Amino acid sequence: MEKSLCLYFQVHQPDRLRLYRFFDIGNDSQYFDEFANRTILKRVAQRCYLPMNELIYELIQKHGKNFKVAFSISGAALEQFEQYAPEVLESFKKLASTKCVEFLAETYSHSLASLKSPKEFKNQVKEHSAAIKKHFGVKPKTFRNTELIYSDAIGEAVADMGFTTMLTEGAKHILGWKSPNFLYTNAINPKLKLLLKNFNLSDDIAFRFSDRSNPNWPLTSDRYAAWLAEGAANDDIINLFMDYETFGEHQNASTGIFEFMRALPDAVLANTELKFCTPSEAAAKHQPVAPLHVPYAISWADEERDTSAWLGNELQNEAFEKLYSLEKGVMAAKDEELLADFRKLQESDHFYYMCTKFFSDGAVHKYFNPYDTPYEAFINYMNVLSDFALRVEKKTSKKK
Amino acid sequence: MKVLMFGWEFPPHIAGGLGTACYGLTKGLAKHDVEVLFVMPSASGDEDESAVKIINASDISVADVWSKADISRLDSFLSKVSFFKVSSGLVPYIDPEMFSSMVEGQEKRSRYEEYEQFKIHYGGKYKFSGKYGANLMEEVQRYAMVASAIALENDFDVIHAHDWLTYAAGIAAKRISGKPLVIHVHATSFDRASDNAIDPRVFALEKMGMEAADKIMAVSNLTRNIVINKYGIDPSKVVAVHNAVDFNEFKQMEVKRGVDDKIVTFLGRITYQKGPEYFIEAAYKVLQKCPNVRFVMAGNGDLMNRSIRRVAKLGIADKFHFTGFLRGDDVKKMFAYSDVYIMPSVSEPFGISPLEAMKSNVPSIISKQSGVAEVLDYAIKTDFWDIDAMADAIYGLLNYPALASMSARCGVEEVNNLKWENAALKMIDVYQEAIDNLK
Repeated sequence: MEKSLCLYFQVHQPDRLRLYRFFDIGNDSQYFDEFANRTILKRVAQRCYLPMNELIYELIQKHGKNFKVAFSISGAALEQFEQYAPEVLESFKKLASTKCVEFLAETYSHSLASLKSPKEFKNQVKEHSAAIKKHFGVKPKTFRNTELIYSDAIGEAVADMGFTTMLTEGAKHILGWKSPNFLYTNAINPKLKLLLKNFNLSDDIAFRFSDRSNPNWPLTSDRYAAWLAEGAANDDIINLFMDYETFGEHQNASTGIFEFMRALPDAVLANTELKFCTPSEAAAKHQPVAPLHVPYAISWADEERDTSAWLGNELQNEAFEKLYSLEKGVMAAKDEELLADFRKLQESDHFYYMCTKFFSDGAVHKYFNPYDTPYEAFINYMNVLSDFALRVEKKTSKKK
Repeated sequence: MKVLMFGWEFPPHIAGGLGTACYGLTKGLAKHDVEVLFVMPSASGDEDESAVKIINASDISVADVWSKADISRLDSFLSKVSFFKVSSGLVPYIDPEMFSSMVEGQEKRSRYEEYEQFKIHYGGKYKFSGKYGANLMEEVQRYAMVASAIALENDFDVIHAHDWLTYAAGIAAKRISGKPLVIHVHATSFDRASDNAIDPRVFALEKMGMEAADKIMAVSNLTRNIVINKYGIDPSKVVAVHNAVDFNEFKQMEVKRGVDDKIVTFLGRITYQKGPEYFIEAAYKVLQKCPNVRFVMAGNGDLMNRSIRRVAKLGIADKFHFTGFLRGDDVKKMFAYSDVYIMPSVSEPFGISPLEAMKSNVPSIISKQSGVAEVLDYAIKTDFWDIDAMADAIYGLLNYPALASMSARCGVEEVNNLKWENAALKMIDVYQEAIDNLK
C-alpha cells in the first residue's frame, strides 16, 4: 500500500481594529486600522506569500504530479489581497492552474461560528466556497474549520453541507494511544473522513525549525525525510498542517527555511515510500481505521488543543455572546455594509487578542497580538461592538 | 506675606487632585496679595506661573548655595541638618554612620574637609523624576535636602507643605529658617489603603510632619478627624479648610453625542479608595430595570482589570464602557456626555470631581464618606456600600426629570459659591496664627 504525505497551509490575515474610543461610539463607524492591515499584508507578501508561492510553483514544475500541496485561504485574506496586493492573488491563481494544488473550504471570515450559530456557520462556508470558485475556478471538496476546530457535531454539520473530508488536529487527549497517521471518520456520520495533523512533525518545521537550543538544529531536509519515513513505517498518512506564514515570516528567510523546502521533495521522493498528495486524494486512497469520538471541540492551538485560546475567559465569552446576540438583527436588516462588518467582527483573532493564558503559550500569543494587554483588546472590541449594535438597531427599527 | 510652599506636582503635569488643588489655592492666595514660592521637583517649564513663582528643585544646586555661604554659615547648616537622623533609615544614598559622623563632626577632620567630602558625594544638582515611583522614599529625602538649600536662599514668613511627600522638606526648611510650618493634609495613609495595609514608613513620615507642624490644615472635617484620631494630634492645632474649585477658565464643551442612551459616569482612579466595585454592582441593578443607560468608568488604576472582568462576568459589557485615563479636554468632554455623575468613594478626604461635574450641569451622587459631602447640599448622598441606595438614586435621576433638573440647577449655584478666594482667607488666618504663636 502506498503511503501519503499531505502538506496543507493556512493562509489568513485578520482585519485589525483601530484604536476605537468611547467617544467614537455612535459618531464614527470606521472600525479598521487600514494602515496597519495594509502594511502588515504587504510585508508578509514580500517575505512569505510571493517567494513561497514562487518556490512551490518551481517545485511543481520540477516534479510534475509528484509534488502537491493544499491551501486554505480565508475570505478575509482574499479580500486583503484584492485590496492591497493583487499580485499575491495572481500568484495563487498561477498555482491553481497547475492542478497540483487543492484549495480547501472554511468559514469566510475565519470565524468561530461553528461553536455558536449553525446557520451563520453554513452561510459563511457557502460564501467562502463561492469566493474560492470565483478566484480559482474549483469548488472545494475538503473542509478545514478555523484553527482546525472540530467536534462530532461540527463534523456532522460539515458532512451535511456535502463535504467528504475534513482536517483537524491529532490532539493527544482525543487519540490516546492511537496514531494520527491514519484516516478516521466522524463519529456521527461515517461518510465524513478525517485527516489528523501530526503535530510533532508539523511543529518541527513551524515552531522549532530555527530554535538553536534544539539538539536537532540545524534541521536538514534529509534528516527530516528520515523522520517522516520513520513516522510512516507502520502507518498510512502523515499530515503536515501549518500556517503558511511559517515560511519567511515566522521563520525568516535567513533561517534557511526556503532552502529546506526546496530540497524536501527530492529527499522525500528519493528516500521514503511517501507520495505527496492533496487531502481529498489521501482520503480517497486510504481506508478509514475507526470513528473518532470528539464530544468537546478541539483545535490546533496551545498546549490544551481546545478552544480556550478564543473562549477561555469571561472577557472572551462576554464579547462572543454579545456579538452573536446581534446575529438576528443583522440578518433582518439585510444591509450589505452591516453584514460585511459583522463578518469581520467575527474573525477569531479578535478573541485571541483577549486571551489571558500568558504563561505556557505566551510567546505565540504575543507575536500575533497588536494590543499590550487582553483588557485593552476587550475594551476596544466592546467599544466597536457597541457602535455596531447601534447601527443594527437603527437599521432594524427603520424596517419595522 | 510670603509663603514658601512645597508641592509635588502642578498643572499641567498631574497624577491626581493634589496638583489641581495646589494650583487653585495659590491663585486664591494671590488674590489676597500673598506671595507664594512654590517648590516642586522636576518643573518642566510649562506650568502656569501667573500666580506663583515656581522653583524647580532639580535646578537648585546644593553645592552652589553652600559655596556662597561662609564656613560659619555652613557650620550652622550642618548643625541644623541633624534632624535627618530621625529618618536616617530612609536615606538610602547615605550611610547613616557616615552621615552622623559628618554632621556631628569628628576631632580629626575639619568642618571644611567634611564639607568638601559632602560636596563631592552629594553636591551638584539632584535630578528628580517628579513622578510617584519606586524610589519615592529616596526622592522625598533628596527633596528635603534641597528644601534646606532653598530655605537658606529665600526670604519668607511661613512654610506650607502639601501632603506627606513634602513634610520632610517642610521640616527641613523650618529647622533652617526658624519660620513656622503649616502642613496641608489632602489625604492620609488611611485614605489610600485599608487600615491593615498601611505603609509604616509613610505613616511615620506623616506623623512626624504633623507633630512638627505649627498648624495643620485638613481638607475636610472627615480628614481632620482622621488626623486627630489616627495620628493622635492635638485638636486645637488642626483646622478644616475645605477645598474650592476654580472655574475661571471653565468652558462648557459642545459635544456630539453618538448615543441616545443616558450616560452615568464614574471618573477617577480605579482604586480601592474610590469604590469602583460598588459602581459596577449598582450599574448592574439599574440595567435590570432600564436598559437605555450606559455606564462609563473613566480613569485607570490597579483595580481596572478586575473591574473589567467583573463587568464581563455580569454580562453588561455592551452597556458598561471603560475609557482609560482621561486628561484635559477629554475630561470636559466626558462631563458633557454625562447625565449623572457618581463618586462612590470608600474614603475621600475631599473629592473635587463632583464639583466639576455639577459645574457642568451634571447631577451628582456622592458617598457620605467623602469630604465634599460636608459642603454640598444638592448632591445626592449615599453610603459607599449601599448599592441599592445608589441604584435608586441613579434610577431616580434618570427617570424623574424634576429631580435631575433641580439637582443640576441648584448644583451649579452651590458650586459657584465655593471659591478659592474664600478658602484662601481661611488659610491666611491659619498662617497668621502660626506666625503669632511662634513669636
